[in-house]
Amino acid sequence: MTSKQDSSFSEEKEAKRLFPLDAAPPGARSEKFFGSFFQKRTSFLFRLLATGEGLAGLALLSALVAIALAAPFLAPGDPLAIKGDPLLRPWQNMAHPLGTDRLGRDVLSALIHGARTTLLVAVSAAAAALGIGITIGTIAGFLGGWVDEVLMRIAEAFQTVPAFLLTLALISVTGPRVPTIVLGIAIGAWMQPARITRAEILSLRERDFVAAARVIGMRPLEIAFREVLPNALTPVVSLAAVIVAAAVLIEAALSFLGFGDPNRVTWGSMIAEGRTVLRRAPFLSIIPGIGLVMTVLAVHLTGQGVAKALRTRRHMA
Amino acid sequence: MADHRAFTLLRRRLLGVVPVFAIVVLGAFALLESAPGDAVDAYLAGIGGGDAAQVAALRAEWGLDQGPLPRFLAYLSALARLDLGWSSAFGRPVLDVVLARLPNTLLLMGMATLLALSLGSLLGIICGARPGSLHDRTISLAAIAIYAMPGFWLGLVLIVAFSVERRWLPSGGIETVASGLTGWDRAHDIGRHLVLPVLALGLVYMALYLRLMRDGMAELWAQDFVRAARARGMAGARLVLRHVARNALLPVVTMLGLQSASMLGGSVVIESVFAIPGLGRLASEAVARRDTPLLLGVMLLSAMVVMLVNLLVDLAYALLDPRVGSGTGG
Repeated sequence: MTSKQDSSFSEEKEAKRLFPLDAAPPGARSEKFFGSFFQKRTSFLFRLLATGEGLAGLALLSALVAIALAAPFLAPGDPLAIKGDPLLRPWQNMAHPLGTDRLGRDVLSALIHGARTTLLVAVSAAAAALGIGITIGTIAGFLGGWVDEVLMRIAEAFQTVPAFLLTLALISVTGPRVPTIVLGIAIGAWMQPARITRAEILSLRERDFVAAARVIGMRPLEIAFREVLPNALTPVVSLAAVIVAAAVLIEAALSFLGFGDPNRVTWGSMIAEGRTVLRRAPFLSIIPGIGLVMTVLAVHLTGQGVAKALRTRRHMA
Repeated sequence: MADHRAFTLLRRRLLGVVPVFAIVVLGAFALLESAPGDAVDAYLAGIGGGDAAQVAALRAEWGLDQGPLPRFLAYLSALARLDLGWSSAFGRPVLDVVLARLPNTLLLMGMATLLALSLGSLLGIICGARPGSLHDRTISLAAIAIYAMPGFWLGLVLIVAFSVERRWLPSGGIETVASGLTGWDRAHDIGRHLVLPVLALGLVYMALYLRLMRDGMAELWAQDFVRAARARGMAGARLVLRHVARNALLPVVTMLGLQSASMLGGSVVIESVFAIPGLGRLASEAVARRDTPLLLGVMLLSAMVVMLVNLLVDLAYALLDPRVGSGTGG
């Protein structure tokens, strides 16, 4: 036993003697350092892509984002302008590959421009919801006491009213424009991030680094937002995919009911428009819906892939 | 024992509901105040106008010429008398309009929940019995696809498939108008009208419960008590149902309560697609016709329905799971 241990010891010494760290050529160490840095960054992406969901989701999502960004080049001109004969079927006339609607507007270019509105509204609404939720959750969790009690009761009240009705109420008071729609969706979605942030903050706020920050004289809210919050963000951010997906669906439902911004093409309004000729031209309603399904699917799969990749990192650590 | 526990839980939950409902009412009042026009404008629009003196008299009578606090107190006392205001769109008290629409929405939601819960947990058990198997993967993939579908779009696709191409089912309404049907014939007629809307509303939640059940079961297989049951020689359907599925059902029941608000929101769109005269369609009509008191009436009633459902879910949970005590030793 002892002799085996001795031999391993000497092996280690031998290795150190043969490959001393100091003797490495000057460039090697920094290369190694940057290598590990990039590895950390890229290995997460690799793990994400290694999960089937992550790969499929990211591919779909980047395609959609590319289409949304390139909309003015892919489909120049106003998508609401009349371009040809009304109610052309898909593949009937190659100038309008996906056909035209009741008024003769091109379905493909409306579809491309609709991707813009959908992604814009959904991503900003989710960002706003996360912002509101994280702020309120941090304040509630860190201050505790009656502030926490009041804020959590308010969150509970918001969860009691159907979010879609809240959004509708806000839009009916302020009018259907993109900023109010974004705010309306966020108002119905901030509660879950707030709860999760609060729970994370509660588990962190008694740690030593918080006490240390108090000792050096930082103010409570400064500690909460600058010291505690960054450590509590991971579980909250993994909620982002769920919120974006929900926001896509809510925006679609709003514009389907006719409460979207009337000056923008959205997939929801295209479906509503097509519904009036559902019997004669069902493709007008079905095509934009496929766009919605693809978007939600992309966001959902990416979220699942991220969650899986985060889990494997935790297992490896 | 169980009754006593349920009773204590009920009392505690009811006390917790009071401040939450107060906040909802405060929010409703704030929205009502920020909407253009007041109750008198709405009333006048309904009855076809009136002269200035009459308007001023009405405002004084309804307390609308005072500051925000007296107005809020007046709103509260009106609510306490179950007076939700006047609906300008329907020319009737809001409460009458809202209560007339409530049963249809409850029927739609109840059936959709039943479908989602039964089919979702059944398919979830099939998947969770053998996680990673071929049928688990197939069904889970289909569930993800369904979960990504907007309910209203699914509804339109169902209409195209089942009432345009083949005229199997009616595409709208809650029952055949002026059919004169009674009893079982009428129930059958309503049932036929509800098939498509219930599918459109319920399938999304079916996918959600399926995933919850399946993931819960997949995690439970590694637990000690399941391994112990296996070691005792338990296998097959008995093990799957009595040990694994039963424990995975509890989070699904919790989710049922949490999702009731979201389902009410979803019924707004589904009822519009299928022209069902319910609470949800009333909400979108109220927005389209700028009838804020009516919209808030729908909101308050929905909040009450959600609270009631959550209360029932808590009670069911307390009776299902012996570990949930009253806190005073159950």
